[in-house]
Amino acid sequence: MSVFDSKIPEGPLKDKWTKHKNDINLVNPANKRNIDVIVIGTGLAGGAAAATLAELGYNVKTFCYQDSPRRAHSIAAQGGINASKNYQGDGDSDYRLFYDTVKGGDYRSREANVYRLAEVSGNIIDQCVAQGVPFAREYGGYLDNRSFGGVLVSRTFYAKGQTGQQLLLGAYSAMNRQINRGKIQAFNRHEMMDLVLVDGKARGIIARNMVTGEIERHSAHAVVLASGGYGNVFFLSTNAMGSNVMAAWRAHRRGAYFANPCYTQIHPTCIPVSGDHQSKLTLMSESLRNDGRIWVPKKKEDAIAIREGKKKPTELSEEERDYYLERRYPSFGNLVPRDVASRAAKERCDAGFGVNKTGQAVFLDFASAIKRYGKEAAFSGGHKNPSEAEITKLGKEVVESKYGNLFQMYEKITDQNPYETPMMIFPAVHYTMGGLWVDYNLQTTIPGCYAAGEANFSDHGANRLGASALMQGLADGYFVLPYTIGDYLAGDIKTGKIPTDTPEFDAVEKDVRDKIDRLMNAGGKHSVDTYHKKLGKIMWDKCGMARNEQGLKEAIEEIKELREDFWANVKVSGTANSKNAELEKAGRVADFLELGELFAKDALHRNESCGGHFREEYQTEEGEALRDDENFKYVAAWEYTGNPREAKLHKEELIFNNIELKTRSYK
Amino acid sequence: MKLTLKIWRQEDANAKGKMVTYPIDGIEGDMSFLEMLDVLNEGLVAKGEEPVEFDHDCREGICGTCSLQINGEPHGPDRLVTTCQLHMRKFNDGDTIVIEPFRAKAFPVIKDLVVDRTSFDRIQQAGGYVSVNTSGNTIDANSIPVNKHDADESFNAATCIGCGACVAACKNASAMLFTSAKVSQYALLPQGQVEATERVQNMVRQMDLEGFGNCSNTGACEIECPKGISLENIARMNREYMSATSKG
Amino acid sequence: MGGLIKSSVAKKFAMALSGLFLVLFLAQHFTINITSVISPDLFNEFSHFMGTNFVVQAILQPVLIFGVVFHFVMGFILEAHNRSARAVSYVSYKGNANSSWMSRNMIYSGLVVLAFLGLHFYDFWVPELVHKYVESHPADATRYYEETVAKFESPVRTGLYVIAFIFLMLHLLHGFSSSFQSIGWNNKYSKGLRGFTVAYAIIIPLGFIFIALYHYINNL
Repeated sequence: MSVFDSKIPEGPLKDKWTKHKNDINLVNPANKRNIDVIVIGTGLAGGAAAATLAELGYNVKTFCYQDSPRRAHSIAAQGGINASKNYQGDGDSDYRLFYDTVKGGDYRSREANVYRLAEVSGNIIDQCVAQGVPFAREYGGYLDNRSFGGVLVSRTFYAKGQTGQQLLLGAYSAMNRQINRGKIQAFNRHEMMDLVLVDGKARGIIARNMVTGEIERHSAHAVVLASGGYGNVFFLSTNAMGSNVMAAWRAHRRGAYFANPCYTQIHPTCIPVSGDHQSKLTLMSESLRNDGRIWVPKKKEDAIAIREGKKKPTELSEEERDYYLERRYPSFGNLVPRDVASRAAKERCDAGFGVNKTGQAVFLDFASAIKRYGKEAAFSGGHKNPSEAEITKLGKEVVESKYGNLFQMYEKITDQNPYETPMMIFPAVHYTMGGLWVDYNLQTTIPGCYAAGEANFSDHGANRLGASALMQGLADGYFVLPYTIGDYLAGDIKTGKIPTDTPEFDAVEKDVRDKIDRLMNAGGKHSVDTYHKKLGKIMWDKCGMARNEQGLKEAIEEIKELREDFWANVKVSGTANSKNAELEKAGRVADFLELGELFAKDALHRNESCGGHFREEYQTEEGEALRDDENFKYVAAWEYTGNPREAKLHKEELIFNNIELKTRSYK
Repeated sequence: MKLTLKIWRQEDANAKGKMVTYPIDGIEGDMSFLEMLDVLNEGLVAKGEEPVEFDHDCREGICGTCSLQINGEPHGPDRLVTTCQLHMRKFNDGDTIVIEPFRAKAFPVIKDLVVDRTSFDRIQQAGGYVSVNTSGNTIDANSIPVNKHDADESFNAATCIGCGACVAACKNASAMLFTSAKVSQYALLPQGQVEATERVQNMVRQMDLEGFGNCSNTGACEIECPKGISLENIARMNREYMSATSKG
Repeated sequence: MGGLIKSSVAKKFAMALSGLFLVLFLAQHFTINITSVISPDLFNEFSHFMGTNFVVQAILQPVLIFGVVFHFVMGFILEAHNRSARAVSYVSYKGNANSSWMSRNMIYSGLVVLAFLGLHFYDFWVPELVHKYVESHPADATRYYEETVAKFESPVRTGLYVIAFIFLMLHLLHGFSSSFQSIGWNNKYSKGLRGFTVAYAIIIPLGFIFIALYHYINNL
């Protein structure tokens, strides 16, 4: 097992980034004009990187499968973005944000990267405000903050429940400015099909124009992959329907190591699956857990009666309810971190206490909050002896003012009124911490191929804190990658334009065309979705919230079989040379069917429980995650060798000089 | 639920399209409208027919990708939702549902129900930004206090998801609500003041070049907008535009 | 005219201003007409003043004619442009779910009013020009009332007038408040203003209808 270079600069933690920026090579403005960069994906990381690179003077081409860069799935983030501004004066600092992130990630992230993230976090807010992002403000006109799970300070900036959208529109507007200057060429409705290497360096891509079906060659001196995460390997997730791993997986197949694929975040508060037709899961903001109490019935008979519609949850007395989070974690209660809350819900449902038709849901109840707020409101309004009805009415008003839009969304989707009956929730796949391995410069193991945002294995270790994904995407895109890439591109000032009529491009294009032909001409028995759903079920059952050796071994076999069946029997209708959603899906599912196997392999090899990775064999007596720092304090970076199950493991040891490793406890 | 779907089918941008009728059965109220179309497509694929192409992505009402004119209204009969959040319980057993693409000269059909909305991108490119470098070397975020009311109004304008329902609903296929929402977002913030004159002129010019119609204040856009963007934005843009023009 | 004012927003602005001007004119016209119900002498006095005053005749009248012509020509230009903005029309378009009939059919209510204007000119303006400039008559400050009342002997003409005013009402119900939106006036006072415009849109045409019917009935 080789040791490879993460290029972490020398020196004290807090000086590393500054020193690094001073040390690396720069490209002079006149030469930047002669250098092309391709950016795949236009979410927060890709959009921000494209805008900044173009502004610096590089010629940028962006690619996204959506019809506009503005639609990337960064848009769906609700809660907010962290920054160590310490505007609230509650003792926040770069170090504290760094510490919280490393701890929240269960000590599986790189210190230097995380510190840099914390260091530039404040700049992100400055930048976004200057761009006209309408963050929430207080009456004094200054920026407002809220607090988020897992931390002790208020450092989250937000724009109501649409922070992701507003930040993405900020990056998109910066892109638009460069498009208007002619520095960015935007290729929308284009999908990257493969990466082209020339002399071992990333020199271009093969893309498919999704409107005409044309296969196009695009060359550049460097390729940035900001194509997001791979949560859709589970079929049902909170990701967008189109979110896929193709760009990252193609790069992996061409030589980029894939790190920690098994680290998946399962978000505890999603709307449960309602039936087999379901295509997508909807997240409800984590903030609901501030006031909602999570429970299932104490007795199985009651759970069954509720499932069958014979009993209503409101008919159960307090004694008949099991507030299992409050029972298991008295000090954190309903506010335990995401991974803990998710697993606890699964445990109860597996034990037969689930409360919806499918038995895969728990209650999130606002009745106590309505009562509590109602009493407070009545008291401060001068009612010393309010009636029950008055209390309920006032309490509902308070809850509505806090969560009105979420309650409304819940009602639209489920047709149930959460003011009258408890909400039903269940965990869902939400974010993937794993991704392409990158060094401190965000370069993958392929020279000239960079990865940013959720697409890289990132700064979140084994578990991501709320409101940190937006921070990382923008940090990578605006402030890290545009500088570190210069170090590499400085070697390319004399290269000149990369020609596309070369054998290297010919060969990759042929691969792409062959793959499309195979898909179009496969056996034609089952639809693409059939396979995707089967894959999702294997992943969810065996690589989901809790994993064990046997299940993972089975998963590896089952995924392989499914993949072979897919290539033999998939049915793709329509033609390859026109808009064809079935073909697009088929290409993506083909890659998920490979990634899934590596995912399971990674989960199988990691004989410990940490963050989003929970192995049933490795838990404490109370059922909590048991980390093994002695043997697994490393990043698992997998090298493709022709078959996912035979991927070669490379370990990057994680060195913690500034933080003491502790067991997370929320008791 | 048993339904009759009448869907616009069109091979590609240059082909002549037509309405095709599809009976569909087994639809449940809990399905979203797009999941209903998934069921239809699954059936079409099984029969060896080409599935209906439609735009969709996040399926949680925020990305603005899904469109569809459903029974004569963009995003269907429900208010303040996109098509992906429209649920089948809003329809009754036996209903006939007419499904068409968003229609506008500036939104040419690509295939079936998929239209090209890049005209919206070009309007934004004409000036929908603040010309600040992304270096991060700007002043501290809190050194620009913004009146809360203005900040909230600006946010409300910025919630536009660019889906194009305003254009689809408007009898004139006007893009005024979309354009004015972006103009308003910046007009209400101090950061946007410096370029205000050029911004509104350039964006309106581009909007006109794209071939959108005029605003005749029917208010259809506001009613059909899944994000409830207010007509006040259009008035604000008119004001901004005329004052910019008078400045030259 | 469309080429002169290039942008869509400026066109609508101009359309709104000309509309508002015509609304003002309507008020003035109504004020004089209603006197025909109250006092024939007063009506004659006003009419004579309007017909002979130099400022009214040489300045206001051309401005008015320009306003009228501008408003309908611009209306046609906008309508043509708007129609071209949707090359393929919907099979199903449920306009009444999101907008008023008036707002969607300004061109038709406008066309009816325009047709009425033709009749009105034929009835009053042409004879007036002939009277003043073609034939030579001695100045007579008392002829107006009789001439006006005589027009309402015909039930057909009276009926046409009533129908035209109903369409004018529909046109104003949307147009008056809409013009404030077009010139960028939408704020906390808009709700109140809207109430006023609706009242105006109903009362003024009803007033005109009342005058027409009053004279028709008197003629019976």
